[in-house]
Amino acid sequence: MSVQTTRRGFLAGGAGLMLALTLPLDRARAQAVISGPFAPNAFIRIGTDDLVTVMIKHIEMGQGPYTGLATLVAEELDADWSQMRAEGAPADDKLYANLAFGAQGTGGSTAMANSFMQMRKAGAAARAMLVGAAAAEWGVPAEEITVKAGVVAHAASGKSSGFGALSAAAASQPVPEDPPVKSAADFVLIGKDRPKLDTVAKTNGTAQFTMDVYRDGMLTVVVAHPPKFGATVTSFDDKAALAVKGVEMVRQISSGVAVYATNTYAALKGRDALAVQWDDSAAETRGSAEMFDAYVKAATEGGITVEEQGDMPDMAGAAKVLEAEYRFPYLAHAPMEPLDAVIEVKDGRAEMWFGSQFPTFDKPTVAKALGIAPENVAINVLLAGGSFGRRAQGSAHLAAEAGEVAKAAGRDGAFKLVWTREDDLKGGYYRPMTVHKFRAGIDADGKIIGWENTVANQSIMMGTPMEAMLKGGPDNTSYEGSTNLPYQFGARRIGWARMESPVSVLWWRSVGHTHTAYAVETFLDEVLEAAGKDPVQGRLDLLPPDATRERGVIEKVAEISGWAGPVRDGKGYGIAYTKSFNTYVAEVVEVEDRGGVPHVTRVWCAVDCGIAVNPNVIRAQMEGGIGYALGTALHNHITFAPGGEVEQSNFHDYPMLRIHEMPAVEVAIIASDADPTGVGEPGVPPLAPAMANAWRAVSGARQYQLPFGGAIS
Amino acid sequence: MTAFTVNGRDYDLDIDPETPLLWVLRDELRLTGTKFGCGIAQCGACTVMLDGMPRRSCVTPIGMIEGSEITTIEGMEGPEIAAVQSAWTAIDVPQCGWCQSGQIMSATALLQQVPKPSDEDINNAMAGNVCRCATYVRIRQAIHDAAKTLEG
Repeated sequence: MSVQTTRRGFLAGGAGLMLALTLPLDRARAQAVISGPFAPNAFIRIGTDDLVTVMIKHIEMGQGPYTGLATLVAEELDADWSQMRAEGAPADDKLYANLAFGAQGTGGSTAMANSFMQMRKAGAAARAMLVGAAAAEWGVPAEEITVKAGVVAHAASGKSSGFGALSAAAASQPVPEDPPVKSAADFVLIGKDRPKLDTVAKTNGTAQFTMDVYRDGMLTVVVAHPPKFGATVTSFDDKAALAVKGVEMVRQISSGVAVYATNTYAALKGRDALAVQWDDSAAETRGSAEMFDAYVKAATEGGITVEEQGDMPDMAGAAKVLEAEYRFPYLAHAPMEPLDAVIEVKDGRAEMWFGSQFPTFDKPTVAKALGIAPENVAINVLLAGGSFGRRAQGSAHLAAEAGEVAKAAGRDGAFKLVWTREDDLKGGYYRPMTVHKFRAGIDADGKIIGWENTVANQSIMMGTPMEAMLKGGPDNTSYEGSTNLPYQFGARRIGWARMESPVSVLWWRSVGHTHTAYAVETFLDEVLEAAGKDPVQGRLDLLPPDATRERGVIEKVAEISGWAGPVRDGKGYGIAYTKSFNTYVAEVVEVEDRGGVPHVTRVWCAVDCGIAVNPNVIRAQMEGGIGYALGTALHNHITFAPGGEVEQSNFHDYPMLRIHEMPAVEVAIIASDADPTGVGEPGVPPLAPAMANAWRAVSGARQYQLPFGGAIS
Repeated sequence: MTAFTVNGRDYDLDIDPETPLLWVLRDELRLTGTKFGCGIAQCGACTVMLDGMPRRSCVTPIGMIEGSEITTIEGMEGPEIAAVQSAWTAIDVPQCGWCQSGQIMSATALLQQVPKPSDEDINNAMAGNVCRCATYVRIRQAIHDAAKTLEG
């Protein structure tokens, strides 16, 4: 991946001079963007105060791109970490595209991987321009100038300067076409723990999230959504709602009935007072049990073949044949900040403030809802209070709802759309409900001779604007992790049965791996047990010789956990391995049987994500991913009552992991010089299967459905 | 009219007495460090000090706090909050950050009452605060670190 920095711009103002490096674009556009207060059109701004601000093209939702991408710039700029700042880049596909997508968006744990060279080149170019400016000013050869920890210096003449004093002159230096970057051996910042740039604001209450935005005359809006997926509004009576003090208006929009009020409580009270009749004729009316029956039937029929290798032997000839069926529920993401968006419309233009994770879809969607051109919509991408996939909407449904709310108001003004926790948990876009069917044969030597796995679930991408990316093929996100396994199984056949429902689905932290890792890694344990093999050695024996990174994390986690088989001192130990988003992770879980209930006491994690840009962030993401996965495996499912209504509504019946349930976590990061890969999601998949394998060891029970605490029959 | 004090300032507001304190703090006083997470006292993101004790502002009707002293994250002072915030930043506890005001309020209240909390004390005091990013390993560590700082 290579990015050229072929144009520069600078902003001179009372506060100082900013140096901006921009991607290629036409001059008029550059000037328009540069002069805008929210689109500095650059990755880097250097102020006369020496502060280096990096415009971060990826949304910061806790996974660390503000710090990570700023580290890349600081490394090549040879800045001091204390002078680095980060700012969210606005919506602009041309300037801030994810190079893995070709459009602006964050997902698939790609932030670091796609930015690695781009941000370093940006930093290296800025450094070269500062050096060029110093050389001209001091009348010395550029080659003799050094830059270290934010100081530009020329040893022979004794001259030195900070970045700020050189920034004006640097702005008129030529922009290097393809500046050289450091070799890994010269890294000063990359590879070392680095304090995060957003921590202080997140410990004193000053961090600004969407819900914290207040505009003059702004109304808060809540929407009554249909209780069943696919239902629509027949009619509504808003008399009682309008009688609530503070409620200004009620409007029907495509997603339901919107209540506008001068404050949040009035909006909520007004919504409670609404009487809405719904048309259920196109709605999902099945309960979970009925849905599962259909899924099991489809999985049993085998689906379409999405991966096939070798000739499947006649299982009748196998020494042992094992079969299993797994059931996974719908899951809500439940980010702590529920969905929200602020939109202000004035004179045919709209400005938005929200945690837009896919600006490339959100911007045109808002424009369409308002009936204005996309270039008349500006989106400020704010910090998001978690997402876990929930804000990455191909459908752009939140932006659409905000746009419709503003349009339906029938006047200019500012509106804050707020979803409550109930709206969030009942509002769909769930991790798809899924059934896995397995069959495996073992020969007399304990060798796996055939492996069959069929997955039945809804497609996340089909039927959305993202379907084009599939180019007519099946939706890999539905079964990723069942395919492309490193294990040598003899023959294998993976099938997928696409299920359909009006219930909306979406990627949920680690997407297909949320269920494939569990199904594959627990069934594999069952097969290894039947073959009389140790879970660790058995996995290693299935790897081909070139699977060095797979072997590396499995061996490492066995080492740090002191692996000595599945039972030790009355505790159960389980292992699972998953490669997701090009990152290799193996986890060992220690489980105690506390009165028939599994209690996870310790987790060991080995991760190979290439060059470890900031080990502190990598460890944090593994710890967090483990906790996210554990809480889900223990407690969470979204279920439907017969008739089609969601049975959960808030944290009392969709419980979150709490501090007393959090195990001790030890993370080992494999040293690597490979290009960095993502860490936001890959800590999640191995936890639940490793836990289930440990639970089997200590309790004798196998868990074929999730969650542990209350599975759907 | 309801009269009360927030962060040392007196207020006398004409607001629907059923309105939760959370929305008064945010919508009326623009003290946005206190967060909405569930609305039913299940997550702790809205924790404030009410007459010196931690309280879920999302289920505290404004009509019930006549004459009370409220302190939000923005108005916290004293050695405990300083130690907690400094321990929090030293090991980068926050990820998304949404729940952290509430976590810090609960942790500060704990240290005000139990200067040297055990793991069990921490479980009891912090179990009402949900962190969806599961930063619990670091929350626990930071509370122990803050206790050490306060010990001097």
